[in-house]
Amino acid sequence: MLNRKGRRWGADACVVGFSGGGVGAEFGDPLRERMVVPSLKLQDLIEEIRGAKTQAQEREVIQKECAHIRASFRDGDPVHRHRQLAKLLYVHMLGYPAHFGQMECLKLIASSRFTDKRVGYLGAMLLLDERHDAHLLITNSIKNDLSQGIQPVQGLALCTLSTMGSAEMCRDLAPEVEKLLLQPSPYVRKKAILTAVHMIRKVPELSSVFLPPCAQLLHERHHGILLGTITLITELCERSPAALRHFRKVVPQLVHILRTLVTMGYSTEHSISGVSDPFLQVQILRLLRILGRNHEESSETMNDLLAQVATNTDTSRNAGNAVLFETVLTIMDIRSAAGLRVLAVNILGRFLLNSDRNIRYVALTSLLRLVQSDHSAVQRHRPTVVECLRETDASLSRRALELSLALVNSSNVRAMMQELQAFLESCPPDLRADCASGILLAAERFAPTKRWHIDTILHVLTTAGTHVRDDAVANLTQLIGGAQELHAYSVRRLYNALAEDISQQPLVQVAAWCIGEYGDLLLAGNCEEIEPLQVDEEEVLALLEKVLQSHMSLPATRGYALTALMKLSTRLCGDNKAAILEKMPLVERDGPQADEEAKESKEAAQLSEAAPVPTEPQASQLLDLLDLLDGASGDVQHPPPLDPSPGGALIHLLDLPCVPPPPAPIPDLKVFEREGVQLNLSFIRPPENPALLLITVTATNFSEGDVTHFICQAAVPKSLQLQLQAPSGNTVPARGGLPITQLFRILNPNKAPLRLKLRLTYDHFHQSVQEIFEVNNLPVESWQ
Amino acid sequence: MIKFFLMVNKQGQTRLSKYYEHVDINKRTLLETEVIKSCLSRSNEQCSFIEYKDFKLIYRQYAALFIVVGVNDTENEMAIYEFIHNFVEVLDEYFSRVSELDVSFFNTVFHGTWQMHSGPYQTRSCSVTQAGVQRCDHGSLHPGSPGLK
Repeated sequence: MLNRKGRRWGADACVVGFSGGGVGAEFGDPLRERMVVPSLKLQDLIEEIRGAKTQAQEREVIQKECAHIRASFRDGDPVHRHRQLAKLLYVHMLGYPAHFGQMECLKLIASSRFTDKRVGYLGAMLLLDERHDAHLLITNSIKNDLSQGIQPVQGLALCTLSTMGSAEMCRDLAPEVEKLLLQPSPYVRKKAILTAVHMIRKVPELSSVFLPPCAQLLHERHHGILLGTITLITELCERSPAALRHFRKVVPQLVHILRTLVTMGYSTEHSISGVSDPFLQVQILRLLRILGRNHEESSETMNDLLAQVATNTDTSRNAGNAVLFETVLTIMDIRSAAGLRVLAVNILGRFLLNSDRNIRYVALTSLLRLVQSDHSAVQRHRPTVVECLRETDASLSRRALELSLALVNSSNVRAMMQELQAFLESCPPDLRADCASGILLAAERFAPTKRWHIDTILHVLTTAGTHVRDDAVANLTQLIGGAQELHAYSVRRLYNALAEDISQQPLVQVAAWCIGEYGDLLLAGNCEEIEPLQVDEEEVLALLEKVLQSHMSLPATRGYALTALMKLSTRLCGDNKAAILEKMPLVERDGPQADEEAKESKEAAQLSEAAPVPTEPQASQLLDLLDLLDGASGDVQHPPPLDPSPGGALIHLLDLPCVPPPPAPIPDLKVFEREGVQLNLSFIRPPENPALLLITVTATNFSEGDVTHFICQAAVPKSLQLQLQAPSGNTVPARGGLPITQLFRILNPNKAPLRLKLRLTYDHFHQSVQEIFEVNNLPVESWQ
Repeated sequence: MIKFFLMVNKQGQTRLSKYYEHVDINKRTLLETEVIKSCLSRSNEQCSFIEYKDFKLIYRQYAALFIVVGVNDTENEMAIYEFIHNFVEVLDEYFSRVSELDVSFFNTVFHGTWQMHSGPYQTRSCSVTQAGVQRCDHGSLHPGSPGLK
């Protein structure tokens, strides 16, 4: 072990002999005397740390010093112990570990010198806390110090106790603290009162010990003691209803104290900017609030005083405003006279007009609390609140938003919505979701007309579509469905909105639904409320197809688009161009309908999740529509069960095959089996695209254990192109649970022989399985 | 209730920190950097109250030093705002024109001033006078201060 000058430290025996400290140690060994080097003063250490240019340098300096400190602690040098600990505390404040100083704190506290005690107690406050058992060791020292009668020492001890005293310590030391409450010196009494507050928080049963002295303490004139006592009473009242009832008796006395404060002339000792002891005033007001809540009698006693404080406080500086604010809070909370409440709201209104943003912030917060109980009073300040929406300050605009939403009622809804919508366009992203849902809720409650309602929702969806809640879509569709007269209007507007932008998912979903439902109205082309627009079937279909193909569309959105296409297939019966017909090899009964199916079946084949044909009864019943909606939007992975209905024009749909029959069906192939897990391939050659081969890979599990983390990869020869679609999942439950399906698209323009190599990885029976194999016996029809 | 009291300079160096609830030491540095970031990102025209996680931060800037107090929502924000200024005025009296340098070097004194309002309850009656300064002395590191023993 080397000291700072590089000299070898003494033999281990020396160090062992002097560990644990003690007054005699430093004079013992001549060897050690020679080796003692003056340790760094705290100032010097701070200089060194400030001199470090980089974080690494600073860490080096600190680590070196900590090593010295540790060595010094080990040697038990009592003379410089306090200095070492002070340095350690500084280092601790910078964020470095300092737990090895804990024991030193105890030794310093036990010493008789004041300098030692001071640093020791400071260290105890910072380093010890009730999670370490060591803290109990200072209980005895504190007890001694408290009874010694030296004021600064008592002060230190009380401070430490109130900062880190645990429940056991509090119980042990409560009698001492109680004695100190009635001592003559205000310096110690103040601290004793605060320590009592802390004790009550830790050990509520001690309330009985500290309750009796309070009444006497209230008669003191010293501000510090008064302030402490009021805090103590507040704490007692908050914890026990019995104490609350007990202290209602002192309300007249509190009123008297506050009145004296307010009417007292200018006193230099306790005033800040002309307001006498605002801290004491605020504290008294807070206590009055607690005592007056739900209690008629106390509230009446306070009424005059509150009015007086409210009108007489000088509000040119922050101190006065703080007192006024507390007064307003108290008025609002107790059973105050009506006139007083109006006064409070007016004060808050005045605050709102103040140029100081702090004051506006507290005003907005308080008005929000008031708006439930005094709605009409707050309404008067609506214009100012709306002004605050335009603030650039994030805290203020958030408060203003909440308050504005609370102020919307049926008479001002149009104006407010305009403001809120303007705000939505420009507000910061974290407020968007709240704003959007707030607008939608308000619109729902207070919409003057359905058309306005639809317009509002549409606007919200276009501006902030990604931030709305999930049920907004369902709500809007229900709303539109119920407004018979507005179908044409809605579908036109939604179509226009969709044509502009297909990225906002809720908007796309609603628009797709609407187009599906009311496509005929859209194509009919006339609507009184907006300018006529000629819309072609093809455009509509192209748009829906674009939605289906877009990578931005969620599966739910695709479901909506598919459903819309299917509905259109029953509702549209215009004439089609020959080109569309050509694609279809088989022409069944009605050309257009079959055409729609071919289109939609192509889409179906291309999607990894195959949605079957959910049939639906003919149009108008809203409930059925909603069922369909739930089915389509809810879970496209697990399609709703088919409900065959004998409904009129739809039987032909059922008769028509979903997928046009391939020229000759290619048999399925089982390619893999292991311990009950099977892999099957099924092949489809779409007739309109001879180079394309679609392979559906199905993984089934008949074993007793689940298959998880299933991944299937494939490789084909270079002349072919392979595209893997996403699988339907990666878990196959045991005993014939839902299989995983995955679609492979293979393009083989040159009709090269098909070879396929598969790689499977999955977990089964708690083992990971990996299989690589080539598929033999591929049917010739798959590539010829 | 006051949760913590910080004095951090613009570069993010903590000059003084006092936590009234136990916070792990590595979480403290994180908290301090986040707090100073949110304070620095605000301009002079914005209000001094920031909502941060489940605290409210009330801050005041003095030259290059930010004094930030974290409270829960039972506190009167403006009273705390006043309290911060009160604190600075006491220090000013004690050091005669206190500066950041004083804070760095005499931070143990500052911890001593906590004895003015022990515990998380702000109890400072607003003695911005010799009374407050005297109490500072009791906590100072200078040996041989008046009024001891």
